[in-house]
Amino acid sequence: MPDLSTTYLGLNLKNPLVASASPLSKKIERARKLEEAGISAIVMYSLFEEQIIQDSIELDYYLSRGADSIPEARNHLPDGGLYRVSPENYLKQVAGLKKALQIPVIGSLNGYSRGGWTNYAHRIEEAGADALELNMYYLATDPDLSSSDIENIQVELVAEVKSAIRIPLAVKISPFVTSVPNFVRRLVEAGADGLVLFNRFYQPDFDLEELEVVHTLDLSTSADLRLPLRWISILHGKINADLALTSGIHTSNDVLKAMMAGARVAMTASELLLNDSVKRVEEILSHVQTWMEEHEYESIRQMQGSMSQKAVKDPAAFERANYMKVLNSFRELP
Amino acid sequence: MKKPVIMIDGNEATASVAHRLSEVIAIYPITPSSNMGEFADEWSAKKQPNLWGTIPLVVEMQSEGGAAGAVHGALQTGALSTTFTASQGLLLMIPNMYKISGELTSTVFHVAARSIAAHALSIYGDHQDVMACRQTGWALLSSGGVQEAHDFAAIAQMATLKSRVPFLHFFEGFRTSHEVAKIFQLTDEELRQLIDEDLIRAHRARALSPEHPVLRGSAQNPDVYFQMREAVNPYYEATPGIVQEAMDKFAQVTGRQYNLFDYVGDPKAERVMVIMGSGAETAEETVKYLTEKGEKVGVIRVRLYRPFSLEHFIKALPKSVKSIAVLDRTKEPGTSGEPLYLDVINALVEGNRPGIKVIGGRYGLSSKEYTPAMVKASLDELKKAAPKNHFTVGINDDVSHTSLEVDETFKIEPEETVRCVFFGLGSDGTVGANKNSIKIIGEETDNFAQGYFVYDSKKSGTVTVSHLRFGSKPIRAPYLIELNEANFVACHQYSFLERVDMLKYAKPGGIFLLNSLYGPDEIWDQLPVEVQKDILEKKLKFWVINGYEVAEKTGMGGRMNTIMQTAFFAISGILPREAAIAEIKHAIEKTYGKRGEAVVKKNFAAVDQTLENLHEVKVPAKITSKVTRRQSVPAEAPEFVRNVLGEIIDANGDNIPVSAFPVDGTFPTATTQWEKRNLALEIPEWVPDLCIQCGKCVMVCPHAVIRHKVYDEKLLANAPEAFKHMPSKFKEFSQGMAYTVQVAPEDCTGCTLCVEVCPAKDKTQVGRKALNMAPQPPLREQENKNWDFFMSIPDLDRSLINPSTIKNSQLLRPLFEFSGACAGCGETPYVKLVSQLFGDRAIVANATGCSSIYGGNLPTTPWAQDANGRGPAWSNSLFEDNAEFGLGMRLTLDKHSEYARELIASFENELGKEFVAAVLNADQSNEAGIAAQRERVAELKNKLGKSSNSRAKDLVSLADSLVKKSVWIMGGDGWAYDIGYGGLDHVLASGRNVNILVLDTEVYSNTGGQASKATPRAAVAKFAMGGKGMPKKDMGLIAMSYGYVYVARVAMGANDQQTLRAILEAEAYDGPSLIIAYSHCIAHGYDLAKGLDQQKLAVQSGYWPLYRYDPRLADEGKNPLIMESKEPSIPLSQYAYNETRYKMLIQMDEARAQKLMEEAQHDAKSRWTLYQQMAAMHYGNGNGKNGNKE
Repeated sequence: MPDLSTTYLGLNLKNPLVASASPLSKKIERARKLEEAGISAIVMYSLFEEQIIQDSIELDYYLSRGADSIPEARNHLPDGGLYRVSPENYLKQVAGLKKALQIPVIGSLNGYSRGGWTNYAHRIEEAGADALELNMYYLATDPDLSSSDIENIQVELVAEVKSAIRIPLAVKISPFVTSVPNFVRRLVEAGADGLVLFNRFYQPDFDLEELEVVHTLDLSTSADLRLPLRWISILHGKINADLALTSGIHTSNDVLKAMMAGARVAMTASELLLNDSVKRVEEILSHVQTWMEEHEYESIRQMQGSMSQKAVKDPAAFERANYMKVLNSFRELP
Repeated sequence: MKKPVIMIDGNEATASVAHRLSEVIAIYPITPSSNMGEFADEWSAKKQPNLWGTIPLVVEMQSEGGAAGAVHGALQTGALSTTFTASQGLLLMIPNMYKISGELTSTVFHVAARSIAAHALSIYGDHQDVMACRQTGWALLSSGGVQEAHDFAAIAQMATLKSRVPFLHFFEGFRTSHEVAKIFQLTDEELRQLIDEDLIRAHRARALSPEHPVLRGSAQNPDVYFQMREAVNPYYEATPGIVQEAMDKFAQVTGRQYNLFDYVGDPKAERVMVIMGSGAETAEETVKYLTEKGEKVGVIRVRLYRPFSLEHFIKALPKSVKSIAVLDRTKEPGTSGEPLYLDVINALVEGNRPGIKVIGGRYGLSSKEYTPAMVKASLDELKKAAPKNHFTVGINDDVSHTSLEVDETFKIEPEETVRCVFFGLGSDGTVGANKNSIKIIGEETDNFAQGYFVYDSKKSGTVTVSHLRFGSKPIRAPYLIELNEANFVACHQYSFLERVDMLKYAKPGGIFLLNSLYGPDEIWDQLPVEVQKDILEKKLKFWVINGYEVAEKTGMGGRMNTIMQTAFFAISGILPREAAIAEIKHAIEKTYGKRGEAVVKKNFAAVDQTLENLHEVKVPAKITSKVTRRQSVPAEAPEFVRNVLGEIIDANGDNIPVSAFPVDGTFPTATTQWEKRNLALEIPEWVPDLCIQCGKCVMVCPHAVIRHKVYDEKLLANAPEAFKHMPSKFKEFSQGMAYTVQVAPEDCTGCTLCVEVCPAKDKTQVGRKALNMAPQPPLREQENKNWDFFMSIPDLDRSLINPSTIKNSQLLRPLFEFSGACAGCGETPYVKLVSQLFGDRAIVANATGCSSIYGGNLPTTPWAQDANGRGPAWSNSLFEDNAEFGLGMRLTLDKHSEYARELIASFENELGKEFVAAVLNADQSNEAGIAAQRERVAELKNKLGKSSNSRAKDLVSLADSLVKKSVWIMGGDGWAYDIGYGGLDHVLASGRNVNILVLDTEVYSNTGGQASKATPRAAVAKFAMGGKGMPKKDMGLIAMSYGYVYVARVAMGANDQQTLRAILEAEAYDGPSLIIAYSHCIAHGYDLAKGLDQQKLAVQSGYWPLYRYDPRLADEGKNPLIMESKEPSIPLSQYAYNETRYKMLIQMDEARAQKLMEEAQHDAKSRWTLYQQMAAMHYGNGNGKNGNKE
């Protein structure tokens, strides 16, 4: 039987299939079932600093609105102070998952201010997380802000978080940087132990009837695999950090491709959210195993990076030349 | 050990003892006692135990009658049980109170005593409710202030356990229930010493139990009932002694001595006042003052009013007394004297104290101020050879001439007491900040302190006035800060300068703090003349802060609380500046800490920036201003509006004499148009080029401030220059018509619902619509002129308008306008729509609640009239009886119409056979038919008007009933689902032609968001702090089960056309109809500008399925149930979690929130499935007659 184990961020994992940051970790029972089905680690849903701030401001606003303003009512919502707007619930969930699961639990943090990053990172570590994933979501809309300004801010943030924690740190990045390898190298130098490629953005859409911008949540498909696949292939062996592929992992083939590109783990959420998650984990892992048996692979490690840019016969396949080749491959139909 | 001292209001002070001494608490919200129930519920939700370590069980009932019933049951089974109530609520408890006392059962009810609804409802304090209970066999114990309310809650419990007589412990609503005062807190240890636990066990031993069964509540006959009624006498005889014993023991434990009758004054007083409640506190202080001046006066403060101990009263009365003035805070029309007066007379007779002259007087009804000057007036009256008896004090009774002259210059407050008055808006947090300030002063310094807060009756743009006192001596002044007495006056809203006289409170040499749009160098010239004059004449120190700018910079939005509080402490110097800032920050952390760090931070920033922006103004030596304060009511308003309502608007209502008022509570309608409140900072601005003339903006406007008209374009000849118009796109009307959408700039609240609903977007810039919000000040004058011109354009003839489309229906003039409802209110658009469709022939029965307050609270009335002077006739009876009240109206209309039809048939000779037939057979199913019938009725009156025949006179007097009338029974879910449900159900069952409109906000909105049976599962509400665990009652389904009730569930934001259709059909249906209307509400906790979007989501999630159930369809062999919303397309959470009422449960208990949300999702799904199956049922061929109806 082939060896499916891998390591990621210094954690020994029984296989490379990891649940990515998503609501999958919101319920401990569900996480436990995923563990039983074979998932090797779980990245928690993100703690959003903005969300906490917004919740805080909103709760304050609506509890205060109309309070002490008419003779018949002290206020309009009960304000017994029983609520708590803080990362407490999140931290409780980290601890709860840690208690219930044998597999590693990776906390996830999404924020924008320095205070938030370091404070929350530290508290997630204290709550028992085995590692931390930082989600560096930033959409640059200010023309006065250059790409290097933005990159510098992010690199500094990584360094700051790293100095606040002792557990391993992974950074989830956006593909929209001018030089992925350069940026990634700087992040690693700043302290990133792993890189998660890539963040998926919820892109706004237009409703033509109402003439409104609408936000819809589209889950990924296998086609989304291509972008991270390319970059993991390119980065493998060039940086001193573990790579994780997220976006587009839906089948066992996707997992195998991720491994061959050079990822230590393949992260999935959409496939599990869409379907019977337990069944799908079992199926994917079983198919990976069967494929490896059929193709006589001994271990996952054996295939990790086997099709990276460094390892393939034609490194240009990942570069611009590949683009021209594809275009030229179209023939006029008779 | 130092006794714990706290700043607390009377409600909390009472509840804190009651909760600690109870096992079962049954509650129901009613102002001003609701807060006691809320505190009890909150403490139990927080798992705060009673004195014996177990958490009291708190249950909300469907009415006060229900609460009393539940308490009765709890008592009968041995619990320590209590309830809190007031006014009508107490009246509903009376039947049970007789039972409880008849069975000699120990309990205490705590009552924030309030006026009774008579000629009008009033939420304010007096003793009318309590006095209605004096015959129930309950002991009545009166508290005069916050400390007493706290102490007497315990004394009442001690006494009831010993005496077995139930106790009603009462204090004045608002004056005591809402006054924040510094009191000594009763510790658990002290309570333990006070309560005899053996008596609790004895109470338990008397409980019903199958282990030792007995029967209580038998039915008795003439042979024995009487004797048993007398059997209780020894218990009542013993009670005063028991209460005094309890008071003595209380004094031993706490050091605070009370007596059944406390005498204060000269031991050889000749003139004495007898009084109870907070007025006695004022009387005591005044008597002390007068005694020091050498007057031979005294006061007897009545603590235990029932049982009335003659012996103790006579003992308390000095032998020297020659005359007594008895002051009653109640009114009994037709009596020979108010109750306390009669008791005193009886006591003197039975107590053998002849020769004392006694006069009785009334004071303080509905929290009317009772001041030292009024006390003095009553005592002075006794000096006269022929003093007025049955006098009033505090009003000008120029009709019956009962009122005493009061010397307004007489004041007794110690000079060293610091008095501060703050003017704010309800929404800016002024009252909250002042509660906080007075708490800091009371708890963190050695000062004694008092806070009292006054509100107007609007729900949007409420003006609040906070009265704070503090000083080194105890504050015993249960009345407002008087004119020219305030050391500090603060105006928290710049716009008040032009309409509110604030400086009348300022004492010469005092401080005036203004939240100013202008800096210290520019402000002077901006002030109205009157303000400049007061500052100069009173030599006021004048400070300004631009709180708006600080708020903007620090993310405080419209909330001025922290900023103005900081400025107050910084200027007033009550505490050293550093210490004050530390205390404010500490309070911020305490208040907002759990709401999150971000909130604390922004408040801290506001504190710091306030100090940097606070400036003293160098006051110039002369008046420079050219502007004067605006008149509250324009000169062209009708006389009654100017002289009475205008005075009320100007806060001069106290000075209006009795003769100015109607004798029976009848008021003119259509008066809100004269009260320009000028609330909005931004108003909608119309862009004709983009407008598609759909009328949706007009339909959703909660305040009827945006309207559209189609009119002859020739009328534009006289239009103001800035008046906007475009050619009409209404094909129904003739050519040459113009169209305008117009906003009333000083009536708009700026809620933005009209802009939100506007579907017409600029094709080159979709963010721009046919309506866009724009700053109001530059538009104010211009749009005022435009509005006046717009209103002068005649409305289209109703009979030309087909109301079945939105755009056409909105051409009908709203006859419900400019109400005081919240900005963005979800109820009023429905009310307004009904007024448009049927207002000229509608009678409205309105249940007590939000709709009766914004619809019927003085000063002005939003129910309006059309150009012919027709409009809705409106009345509010009670909370619990509204459906029955409306049915009664219908019965009269039916009877009168029937009688008129009987009469007219006998006048064929005079009126002509054809004419009579036309009247009797008139088709009034549409506006044209109604108009024709009105003409016939006019003709009939004309023909028979001069007849001397009594039957002809009868016919003329009833002729209007021949025109079809529309009865609307309206109210909120608290009424319809809970307290009024029994009646509502009966009215539905009656088959009569009434229209019931339930404005379903899913909570008791008016009293602050308590849960009703309409509250959905998973939502947090008061009395459901942990999230409501049970689903919403499906009242529509229950009503459908009758088979002959028209039922519709509507949500205007989701489907306005369906709403319109349902309301038209309901009215047209000749039988009972029920419309349940989704009404978004401030108590849901989200931006009401998104109310319409939330309604859409409610429908899309399946939470609020839209349907119409029309029994007439069954007659046609069709299924009467028509589903009008699609299968749920989004999860319930997507709708619910936009609202704080749902979301805060996640922040409280995520696991419970998840569980309840899953269950609520299941509720929505199963309800949808059930409805769908019902709607799919085959009804056969016309055999489904809804013939249950007579």
